[in-house]
Order: sequence, then structure tokens, then C-alpha cells
Amino acid sequence: MSLFSKQNMEALKTPLGMNNPVTVQVLGICSALAVTAQLKPAIVMGLSVTIIVAMANVIISLLRNTIPNRIRIIVQLVVVAALVTIVSEVLKAFAYDVSVELSVYIGLIITNCILMGRLEAFAMGNSPWPSFLDGIGNGLGYAKILVIVAFIRELFGSGCLFGYQVIPQWCYDHGYINNGLMLMLPAALIIVGCIIWYQRARHTELQEEQN
Amino acid sequence: MNTNKNSYIFIYASVMVIIVAFLLAFVSSALKPIQQKNVELDKKKQVLAALNIFEKDAEAAYNTYVKADQLLNADGTVAAENGGFAVENAAVSEAQLPLYVCEVEGETKYVLPLYGAGLWGPIWGYVALNADKESIYGVYFSHSGETPGLGAEITNRDKFQVPFIGKKALDADGNVVISVVKNGKVQNPDTEVDGISGGTITSQGVDAMLKSGIGLYKAFLTKKCEKACPAAACDSTACPASVPATAIQVVNQ
Repeated sequence: MSLFSKQNMEALKTPLGMNNPVTVQVLGICSALAVTAQLKPAIVMGLSVTIIVAMANVIISLLRNTIPNRIRIIVQLVVVAALVTIVSEVLKAFAYDVSVELSVYIGLIITNCILMGRLEAFAMGNSPWPSFLDGIGNGLGYAKILVIVAFIRELFGSGCLFGYQVIPQWCYDHGYINNGLMLMLPAALIIVGCIIWYQRARHTELQEEQN
Repeated sequence: MNTNKNSYIFIYASVMVIIVAFLLAFVSSALKPIQQKNVELDKKKQVLAALNIFEKDAEAAYNTYVKADQLLNADGTVAAENGGFAVENAAVSEAQLPLYVCEVEGETKYVLPLYGAGLWGPIWGYVALNADKESIYGVYFSHSGETPGLGAEITNRDKFQVPFIGKKALDADGNVVISVVKNGKVQNPDTEVDGISGGTITSQGVDAMLKSGIGLYKAFLTKKCEKACPAAACDSTACPASVPATAIQVVNQ
């Protein structure tokens, strides 16, 4: 099987759209709410999760035939936790500014449902290379939703993008005010809900049978 | 091989835990010295940020501007000329009060460490006071896990930290008067700073942190003497309101 066979590309591509981890698998919602008040942390979180999911997927995929079925969740958890801790330690030593910027997010990755979801659903049953692609795909699919939500929240919540003011002072002088709700967590849930609604309305095959 | 046998599961789990523990211990101890250096450099940068200094080479800038990292007693006298830097902000108490005596453009500034609680975790910072020990020269705040866009905005220099500059930290009786109030509710612009809308609890945390942190230094700050100099050289009443910077340096040596 070639490296970029149709099946492998599928593993990489479908999580970006039709099998998106956030909007279709409904995984990783918790962090999608927590880190999307601004674009920058959303992007950083998206990239970190992408790297960690890909690495964890490869490790679990390599071990998949040796892992005892009854303790597989614990094994997955240990691998993820060890990986995240090592990445965090390395960042603290060699990229201190980045690690300060990430602060709690690195720790949050351990609890991200996407990791456990992909390890359990994909890496336990596939060889390392497709697992790696699946990890990258799901990480990017997650990052994509984070960026969309953060874009809307930062723009309407604080009138900025990446911390730079984009809504001109002129608007504020004429009575425009930032929407405080956008900075609150419920706004993220509403936006994610709208994205899911939009996607399911456009792609009717995602809808369950009505009975 | 039967991977569901109890003995296999036990051995698998034990080996896995031992390998992971060894790996983590190795990574942690191998990287510790480098991390320690980064933490120290970061602390120096934070002290400099309170002095409104953002030079690339923080190490050199720190050595230039910070003249001494003293340790004070609760009554405001100097316990040690050096060693204040080693005291973590969280460990600041009446028993050990670090004071950074700095000199910026020929004028003495005092930097005090701050430590308090935000919404999700600790917040900390530094406040630089002018030689009059009353007005604020600059501040720096940071946090470990406040919400981005809300409480985490206390690190926003232009929006939140710059407004502190020039404010009065203490009144004539030595009470800490600087406060963070609800956004848009500033009534006394000399002592009040706008909080962050949506970050009320963190803003209140900063307010409480300033009050308690600066309050610890009350004895030192109300002694209207240019510097915490030896008792013989400076009586609290006989002390001139302002001593030229050169004179301070002599005392320092």
C-alpha cells in the first residue's frame, strides 16, 4: 500500500469536513469553549493538539497488538500524559516564552476528548502511518473549528483580531458597543451549535433517519 | 500470545509504569538547570517590565538598572543587602520582604513584588514606586491561568497596566489607596484604575493583591527617607525629602 493511497488520504481529509471531530464526532467541545475568546490561543491550542494527537496515535498504533484489552484506556492515558508532560518540559527549557503563552493549555490537552477518541477509535486498529495521518487530520479539523469560533468571538466580543483593533474608533463614537456575551463561554457553545446546524443542513447525509 | 491473562496485564502495567517514570524523571532532571535559568531570566524581565524597560538583553539591563535586591524587616530596616531576588513572590511575608532598589535615568525607583489570587489560580506582579514612595512609576502583572480575553487581560500593557503609571499608591497616612474599580466607574482618577469588563474577579484579585502586597511595606514606605539607609545616616524625621541620586550611590557602597 502506497504512503498516500486513497484510503490514507481519506484518513487525513475527512476529519476536516465530513467527519470533523468537533462538529460531527462532537469531541473536544470543552476546550473549544475554553480557549476561543481570542484567535492566538486558539491557533496555538489547535497546533499543539495536532502534534500531540499525531504522536500519541503513532505510539498507540505501534503498541496496539501488545496492549491488554482490559487496561487499554489506562495505557492510552499514560501514553498521552507522559507525552504531554515531556513536551511541556521541553518547551519550558527551550522555548520558555511559548510555554508561558501556553500555560494551562498544555495541561488541558491531556483531558481533550479527541485524543482518547482517536486512540480508541483509530489507532487501536490501524498501522502507524494511517494513524499518524488520522491524528494530523483530526488535529487540523479541531483547529479549524477553533479558529472559526475564535474569529467570531474576538471580532464581536472585543473588536480585535490577534489583539489588534479592527473595528474603527469611528463606530464606537457612533454608539457601537462590543458584545459582552461573545466573551462568555455560552457564546462559544452557540457558535459551535450554529456551525453544526449549518453543516448538517448542507449535508443531509449527516442527518439521522427520522422515524 | 494471550494478552488477557492476569499475569500479562500485571507485568505489562508494571513495565509500562517503570519505563514512563524513568523517562519522566530523566527528562525532568536533565532539563532542570536550563529551566531554572529561564525562570530567573523571566523574573528579571518582569522586574524590568515594572520599570517600563523592555530591552532585548534582559540580563544586562537588569544588572544596569537594579542596584540591589534587598531584604527588609517588617519595620522597614534593611536585613540584607542582597538575596531579595531568591525570594519567590508567593513566599513574601513580614519575615522576608524583598525590595529591588533600582536607578532609572538617575532617579531611584523601588520595585515591590506582589502575589495574590485570581479567578482560576495565582496572579502576581511587580509595582515600581518613585523615590517619593507614593506615586507609581510602573506595574507588571501576570497570571497562571486566567481566562484569555477576560481575566488574562491584566497582562495587557496598554489597556490595563499603563493606566497605573502616575497614580498615587499611598495616602499621607500610609494607607494603600490605589484600587481597581469596575470598568467605567472611576470616580477618583488619582487613585483608581478601570477594571476589566468580564474579568471582575481577576480585577478584584489585582485590587486585593495591590492592597496587601504594598501594605506589607507600610513601615518602609511611610519612612519618608530617600532610601532604607543605616539609622545613623538617616533619621526618619531629619531626612531630607529628596537626596540626589549620587548621594544614594555613596550610601549603597
